[in-house]
Parts: sequence; structure tokens; C-alpha cells
Amino acid sequence: MKTLALHHEKCTGCSLCQVICGLAHFQENNPKKAALRIERKFPEPGTFEIHVCNQCGRCQEVCPSEAIAERGGVYRIDPEKCDFCGICIEECPLQVLFTHKDLSYPIKCDLCGECVSVCAPEAIEGRE
Amino acid sequence: MFGYGGKILRVNLTQKKIEKQGLDPDMAKEWIGGRGFIAKILYEEIPAGTDPLSPENKLVMATGPLSGTFWPSAAKVVFGTKSPLTGGYGDSNLGGLLMAELKYAGYDMIILEGASEEPLYLFIDDDQVELRDARAYWGQGALELEKELKKELGESFQVATIGPAGENLVKYANINHEFGRQAGRCGMGAVMGSKRLKAIAVHGTGGIPLYDTAELIRVSKAALKHITSHPYFKRFRQYGTTDITDWCQGMGVLPTKNFAYGVYEKQASLAPEPMREKILVRDKACFACPLNCGNYTHSRKYGTFIDGPEYETIGMLGSNCLVEDIEDVQYLNYLCDDLGMDTIAAGGIIAFTMECVEKGVLNKSQLDGIDLSFGNVAAMKTILKKIAYREGNLGSLMAEGTRAMAQKLGQKSERYAMQVKGLEFSAYECRGAPAMLLSFMTSDIGAQHTRSWAIVQDMEMGRDNIEGRARLVKELQTLRPLMEMFGVCRFPWLEVKLDFGEYVKAFNAVTGFGYDKEKLFQISEKVWNLTRAFWVREVDDFGRKYDLPPERVYDPLPSGPAKGMHLTEEKVNRMLDEYYELRGWDSNGIPKEEKLRELGLAEVAEDLKKNR
Repeated sequence: MKTLALHHEKCTGCSLCQVICGLAHFQENNPKKAALRIERKFPEPGTFEIHVCNQCGRCQEVCPSEAIAERGGVYRIDPEKCDFCGICIEECPLQVLFTHKDLSYPIKCDLCGECVSVCAPEAIEGRE
Repeated sequence: MFGYGGKILRVNLTQKKIEKQGLDPDMAKEWIGGRGFIAKILYEEIPAGTDPLSPENKLVMATGPLSGTFWPSAAKVVFGTKSPLTGGYGDSNLGGLLMAELKYAGYDMIILEGASEEPLYLFIDDDQVELRDARAYWGQGALELEKELKKELGESFQVATIGPAGENLVKYANINHEFGRQAGRCGMGAVMGSKRLKAIAVHGTGGIPLYDTAELIRVSKAALKHITSHPYFKRFRQYGTTDITDWCQGMGVLPTKNFAYGVYEKQASLAPEPMREKILVRDKACFACPLNCGNYTHSRKYGTFIDGPEYETIGMLGSNCLVEDIEDVQYLNYLCDDLGMDTIAAGGIIAFTMECVEKGVLNKSQLDGIDLSFGNVAAMKTILKKIAYREGNLGSLMAEGTRAMAQKLGQKSERYAMQVKGLEFSAYECRGAPAMLLSFMTSDIGAQHTRSWAIVQDMEMGRDNIEGRARLVKELQTLRPLMEMFGVCRFPWLEVKLDFGEYVKAFNAVTGFGYDKEKLFQISEKVWNLTRAFWVREVDDFGRKYDLPPERVYDPLPSGPAKGMHLTEEKVNRMLDEYYELRGWDSNGIPKEEKLRELGLAEVAEDLKKNR
């Protein structure tokens, strides 16, 4: 899988993607540790927008501690090397690096594809 | 403890005191959660004879062990109280995102006690729990306030609110969440209003501990696969509960003109396809739900947005009041939501009032100048507001509910006051559906459809006989309420036939309790008997007569596919005889001592002995 194609108009806001994301990466039933965010535009206009990393690599460029490495088009944060300075979070063009109070590094999508597998309305699609 | 947040919030509105208590592991094992917790708390903690709108009543909000987990459609929280509408046990479940958030904050249950003098709202952000000033919000619409609080506190907060109807103690006021989802029935909003609690806002960041994470992922993914590959999946996703509108018309069970008829000649305009075409904005899901039955709509005619109308609302505010335009129904739904009252009860009492006007039971001087005749949408808009603010004679009278209004009006209006135990019928005309009628008669909150939606089986078992109905209803009433103890929605089981055994696997993966179906059914039966005992304790002359339907069901249906069908008193009583027998209750519908002891309710048996 090279990228995630997002079909915002199909998203129903169910959050299953966030729950599986937390389970897959932290073995914890906690969607607050997900690498994607569903923006809920209610009551008007009544739509959802999915926010998730597109692997642009900007975070790696700005990281002062060389904690972010690329392999096969996927950028991953090494929690050991990360000193949680927050620069990547600020610089992320899509604002899709997330924090959680239990963690001392940002949560970032590693393109594992678990969200795709549980998205019943097919709003998140994996593309090669 | 796995599957549970592990904490209870006990909030005393009189003393402005917030206590965090541990959840007793035995309570979790014996009562599971949701309505199980509620039944136990209400029975044990509310003094017998409590006025539902007094500070002594309690409003309980309870999640279940599956709420907020990866299990599909694990999206339900249950509110419970002594109902101001019925005077007996009341609960009502709510979807959306609130229950998951509460679990992530670490709480399984909130118990609201006492009453404040000044309006307050409950603020929960993980460990930080506060009662905050809500004077500025008092008087606001339920939808409007949800929007405002989310703006003020942040999108990540989940918010439940009451509207003016709750503030003004309208007996069927509800609790709103997620711009059009409600704990709709039994007057939860009125009890919240009586405590001067305007809203609850929750944000949580913690996880839910699971007994066997790998197993929960495995059974949940298998369930997802089953759901999404079922032939009905695509259609149900598109239409949700509105898909039943055509079916009800086709079977002649669509409530029309205060349940006088079972078919509505202008039903086509209320059908699911034109509705979707005309007003749908977005398919919308509750938490973790692949079935997304929610229809989020926008009426161009009125400029209003809501999650709905659901089938029940289309039936009750549409055909039952002879309203044919789906946009009018959407707007009436919006009004009910923002004013904060149940669309089922509101549709029921408006149709009842319209019939009273037509029959001359209400005379012109009692109508405050409102022409409440069938199909008059403008008058319906006016009266909904008057009810919410208890304005005028008619608004105040209608705010009390259909049963109270019929008792006051007399003149045989009780015959067509469509309620059982004080709770208005959901949207099913039952003369050709005896099991559905028995479900309404025996549901432990009054005439609500969700405990046992037996109407499909009625068509299969033959509409003119009553054989096997008591057993069917008892079985459904044992299985389905477990969903509201687990904290999940019933639709994957009901609509796309996800086997109940899979729920049991998920329950055990989450909790580690290792229960089998029989054990769970036994707990469900215990809860059912406890809620029945609550009725016996709270209502002096409680018994069979509270299970009887309005006499309209004895009149033959005048038209439609079910033309000529009707029940008789003999059949209704025979169904009750069989039902009581299967339940282990006496001929007046009171649980027998040995039954209560068998279920581990020996103390309750003692109470009832003293009581009678």
C-alpha cells in the first residue's frame, strides 16, 4: 500500500478506523491514540472530513533529532530518538501528527492499512 | 476489572457534591451493566412512593462492558429513572458517541441525585469533574445548546442536553445528543430538568481494559465481515429504520389518524426513496457502527438540519397525524428535538387530541384558538411550542401525557388513548399483529417497541391467531434487553442476522466472565422481574389492568390489507394468562415468591409480601 485515498463524502463518522488504529499500534482499545482524526461538521453542513497523513515527508525534513526515518515511502517516528520537541507537529501541512498525554512522541500513520480493512462505507481506500 | 471503566460518578445536585466511587466487581458480574445496573440502583436507592419530579428521584446513566469497544455498534448508553410519565420503571437508550466518551473518561455510570436551585451543567474531562453554572444556557434549545457547548469546550467533548420541555417538566421530555439522537422515552428530560441539570459534557482519553484483546479483534472482525456481506446490508445502510415505512403500509400496520387505520393513502410521499432524494445530506453512524442507520437531513423548505426522521417519527408525526409532506415531518421532528421532547409521545398525544377535537370531546373554548384538526401542520407547530412551555389550557393539559389527559377529559376518550402504563404506543397498529400488541402490553416501560419487536413474526405465524405469542414475546424480552446491558445496538442482530452467540463471545473476550447464553438469559430474566417488582412497589393497584391495551384494538380495522382484523378481550386476556404462566407470575401478573427466590431476588420477594 502506497497511500490512502480518502472519500470524505462516504464517511459516516463511526470511528471504527480510530478504534482499530489504537488497537493495532498500542494494543489498547483507545481511539484517542489513533493516527487519524474525523472532523465532524455539525449541525451544519452535516459532513465529515477524514484527516490522516499522506506521507509527504515534511516531518522528517524538520525533525532536529533525526527521529523520523523513511522506508518504502512510509515515514516512521522512532520513539527512542524523539525528544518530543513538537516541531514536526507544528510544521505538518495536514496537521495530522497527534499527541496523547500517555505518550512522549507524536502518533503518526504508518500505512498499516488496518483502517481500510474496517471501513464499512469504504471512505478510506488503500492504493498501491 | 476488564471491560469496565471501574468508576461510578455520584453527583448530588442539592449539595453540589461529586463523589467518585469504585464499581463493585460483584455488581458487574451479577447485573452486567446498562439497564441491569439501572434496575438495581432504582430499586435499591429510590424510596418507595417517591415523586418522580422530586429531588428524591434519581436519574442514572449507565454504559455496558461492550460500550466503547471495537465490537460493531457498541454505541449505547441507557438512562433510567422512575418515570414521571408512567409512575413506574423507566429507561431509554441513546446512541451516538456519548457512552464511548464516558468510558474513556473511566466511568461506567453516573448517578444524579437531589436537585439544584440554580441551573447547572456537569463537566467531565477525565478526572476533572465539576458542576458548572448553566444560568446563561437555561431556556436554550437542546440542539442549539449542544452546538454552543461544543464550540465553547471543543469538538472533542460529547454533549447531552435538555430543551425547554425538560426545563418545564413536560412529562415526555427527552435528552438530546449528537444533533438528533435521544434518550427519547419515559420523560428522562423532565427528571433532568427537575434537577436543574441542563447538560452533561464529557471528554475522556483513557482506554478500556480488555480481557482478551486478540480475541475481541478476531470476533469483531468476523462480525464486521458477516454484517458487510449480508444481502440486506447495503439497503439498510441507505435507509435505516425508514425502510420499514413501505412494509408497514403494505401490511396495514402503519398508524394512521390516531391508530384508527393501518394504511395511509398518502404514504407514498413519506416513503424511504423520495425522503432520501429530497432531504438526505449524509449517512451517519453512531460509534463503531458499520450499519450507519442515521439519516442526517436538511429541509430546504425550513432550513433545518437533524439526524432523522426515523421510522417511528414518520409514523407518529406523519401518517398518525395525517401529515403527508416529509419536509413537514422533518421540521416537526426538528421542533421536538430542539424543544426537547419525544417524537413518539408528541405524535401520539397530538393525534389523540385531534381525535378528541373531531369527536367534540374537546370543545372550542378549550383549544386556545388553535385549530388542531388532522393534517394541520401549522397548528402542530404552534401546539408543540405551547406544550414545551406549558402555555395555555391545552399546552398544559397535553404536557401531562395521553393517559393523564384522557383521564381528565373522560367521555370514553380512554378507548382511543393509545398508551399502555402511561407510555404512548410506538408506531405500530396492532390489530393484525397480536405479538406486537402483547409486546406493547408487557414491555416493562410501557408501550415501547424495542423490548420485543415481534411484528415480523406475527406475519409469519398468522395474524388472526394468538398461538405461541406469549412464548415468543417472553423469549424476545429476554434476549433483546441484554443488548442494553452490554451497551450495544440490536440492529446487527436484528437487521443482518448477526448470531447472538457472537455477542456472547465478544462479551467474554471483553470481560473474561466466561458466561454462556443460559447464564446471560437468567440475568436478563432477573432484571425483568426486578423492574416488574418496581412497578408493583410503586403503583398501589398494579396488576393485570396495567397490562391491558386501549379498547380501540377490539374494533375491526376499517380498511387496508388488515381490514376486519381485531383482537378480543378474551384473546388479549388469554395471551396474558399464558405470558404470566411462562414468567412464573400469578394471574394478576405479580411475580410469585418462588420465582423471585429462584432468580436470587429473595429480598425483593420479602418486600413484595410486605407491600401487598
